[in-house]
Amino acid sequence: MSIADQAIGTGLRALNRFAQLEVVDRIGLREPAEKLIYNGTRNGFKAATAAGRTFSAAQKLGKPARQGKPRPADLFDLTPSDEQAMITEAFGDFAAEKLRKQATDADNECQAPQEILDAANELGTAALGVPEELGGAFEERSAVTSFLLTEALAHGDAGLAVAILAPAAVSSAISLWGDADQQSTYLPEFTGENPPAAALALLEPRPLFDPFELETKARKAGSDYVLDGVKALVPRAAHAELFVIGAELEGSGPALFIVEARSDGVLFEAEPAMGIRAASTGRLKLEGVKVPASALLAEGAADSYAECVRLGRLGWCAVACGTAKAVLDHVIPYVNERTAFGEPISHRQAVAFTISNIAIETEGMRLATLRACGLADRGKDFSRETAIARQLCATKGMQIGSDGVQMLGGHGYTKEYPEERWYRDLRAVGLMEGALLV
Amino acid sequence: MAISLEVPKKLKPLQDQANQVAKEVLRPIARKYDLAEHTYPKELDMLAALIDGLNDSGGQGAGAAGDSASKPKAEATTDDDGSNKNGANLAGVLSVAEMCYGDVGLLLSMPRQGLGNSAIAAVANDEQKERFAGKWAAMAITEPEAGSDSAAIRTTATLDGDSYVLNGEKIYVTSGDRADLIVVWASLDPKQGRAAIKSFVVARDNPGLKLDRLEHKLGIKASDTANFILTDCRVPKGDLLGSSEIDTKKSFSGVMKTFDNTRPLVAAMAVGLASACLEETRKILEEAGVEIDYDKPALAQSAAAAEFLDMEAEYESARLLMMEAAWMADNKKLNSLEASYSKAKAGRTGTEISLRCVALAGSLGYSENSLLEKWARDAKILDIFEGTQQIQLLIIARQLLKKTSAELR
Repeated sequence: MSIADQAIGTGLRALNRFAQLEVVDRIGLREPAEKLIYNGTRNGFKAATAAGRTFSAAQKLGKPARQGKPRPADLFDLTPSDEQAMITEAFGDFAAEKLRKQATDADNECQAPQEILDAANELGTAALGVPEELGGAFEERSAVTSFLLTEALAHGDAGLAVAILAPAAVSSAISLWGDADQQSTYLPEFTGENPPAAALALLEPRPLFDPFELETKARKAGSDYVLDGVKALVPRAAHAELFVIGAELEGSGPALFIVEARSDGVLFEAEPAMGIRAASTGRLKLEGVKVPASALLAEGAADSYAECVRLGRLGWCAVACGTAKAVLDHVIPYVNERTAFGEPISHRQAVAFTISNIAIETEGMRLATLRACGLADRGKDFSRETAIARQLCATKGMQIGSDGVQMLGGHGYTKEYPEERWYRDLRAVGLMEGALLV
Repeated sequence: MAISLEVPKKLKPLQDQANQVAKEVLRPIARKYDLAEHTYPKELDMLAALIDGLNDSGGQGAGAAGDSASKPKAEATTDDDGSNKNGANLAGVLSVAEMCYGDVGLLLSMPRQGLGNSAIAAVANDEQKERFAGKWAAMAITEPEAGSDSAAIRTTATLDGDSYVLNGEKIYVTSGDRADLIVVWASLDPKQGRAAIKSFVVARDNPGLKLDRLEHKLGIKASDTANFILTDCRVPKGDLLGSSEIDTKKSFSGVMKTFDNTRPLVAAMAVGLASACLEETRKILEEAGVEIDYDKPALAQSAAAAEFLDMEAEYESARLLMMEAAWMADNKKLNSLEASYSKAKAGRTGTEISLRCVALAGSLGYSENSLLEKWARDAKILDIFEGTQQIQLLIIARQLLKKTSAELR
């Protein structure tokens, strides 16, 4: 089966799945989605005609497609695939229609509205990383697609995006690094009607935290492991039914463990923070939590753990990119409408140049993150590119958050406008670890 | 087919070739011509001949050109379905960056690769293109009272029989004294503003064109910068490039067309220079025992390592913005905004990185024993010529805010 066929097949399955969702109607996405599906199909059929024979032969074989990495690209290209464009636009609409409108309340209440979480679940966000064989929507796992989707949601609201995507980090981790038993035990739940809240917890409460030097410890006790430690700013910690937790495995190194919330010794404490408040961050305390040997992911492999840390950082970069773009899109009309000294303040270079710089740096953040995601998809080393993306998203993101408030002056400092929230949310990017995965 | 921000495989040989030229030809003579300002780098003649040969044979030249129009005809590579192209613009920025990893001043001095050659390629008619083929053409735009505001040009061109008579003063003409031809911007009627500005090809040996002086500069000393006085300088009518009509809607944009694809190329110069600074500084730091770890949070590493990581991030942002702008041009996407993103970001980043690298290397960076101090001097011009940082920010802001040049000045 040719690669082109696979791509079309994947696209159609995803489109079909999307079209069946009731939520598409309920949240008013039917029309734009149909437009996209029309365009996607039209382009897809063009290619299908060209490779029609292989396509039908593949159907006759009836074998599930092997899960592959995205096609290695020969050329520099910034154009998303039809499928990526469809997903981005659909989630972008969802973000604009729902997330942005409820962002202020969710931020105040430190709580994501159930309606939004339900709608996101119906869109299949909890099972984003789950392979098709196990009920997921996508045959291929793509960090680039995940980036685009996260960015689109964060453009609506960063805190709600994190609340929505937290379970996907767990399902992705189990999909990527779980064995057959782990996958069959946990993943079906994520593709079902009522997926569990779940969280990937790496961060610990101390300065200069380094996820490769964990204070949470896992020691061997017979055939079990016993976990002790504290995890910080875990999204929706109090709601989660399942965790993937980073802990130093005695005599080995940092590793990932699957921990069910109902296990003895798993304790919570609310930990509201400066921002990302809609994600109901909490502190997680593990006191002699006993888990079976089968809880260890990837047999404790160091490279899997490192991959997890990097994909997590890129997830936060995606949040930064979406939020930074939200700032840019919001301040442009403001500075054009706001007048001072008899003309719009955008006629002043001090204001105009700030806008230019927000745009330049946002684009740079985005390209750097996309590059790292692309390398991850191709199975290449992406550690350097991840460090670069994170550095940019942390420093420029913070600056953009600050500039956003500055452009609005006193208005920007009040809760009447979203800039103060973006200011708080963007500060998270350089310090958060885990919680998300692209 | 798929989003990818890597250098395409098919352009790697071109990039490697330019890298070889940078290392083997340019770098070894970089300091020599920095110290001997106004001395012609004769080593470039051989290199230029080699590049001409490669271009004529249709092979992938080293791409020394500071312009895209006379770029080596690197075969455009197109996706299976024809939807994506990596062509001359991407090849251009990649090879220019590699050459500037060698030396910016020497790249700017490359015979027959002047900005004037770009102008000729962009706006000349076929007869003119043939007549000026194989010549080295410099570009004369700036005047003492007209820098970024090129519409304020005061050099005049008056039709007299079969010739135009040019009068005025031109400054900052790169390779002006070395070139065969100089493309001079002059106004047919200063009262009519931008629309009346035309470009004229003036032979270097025209008696009406007098070299006033060669500038002494902060950096890029290998590249000569000439100032000229034009006194009743007669230019044949047929040496006006483009149309002689004064069309208030079109003319100036025609003249400005030259710049559309040169902003990413100047960005490429800064990117190449910054990569040289980073490579050298990394070597110096590692020899001093500084470890740079990409997984460990920057703040949990040494201050020098964190500083280096930050510079690498800035560099990568500039480099990718450069590639994006070039890729858009290859694919006929309107890239005026992105071209300015790349120029603004690379211009300031080149300067910042080169200066920060000097600080990190300490006396080793400040002394003439290394090239770091030279690169820091060279870098500054890249945030100035072909549109200063501030002009780029204006271009960007006007587009994003949908403002005219009268509203946002």
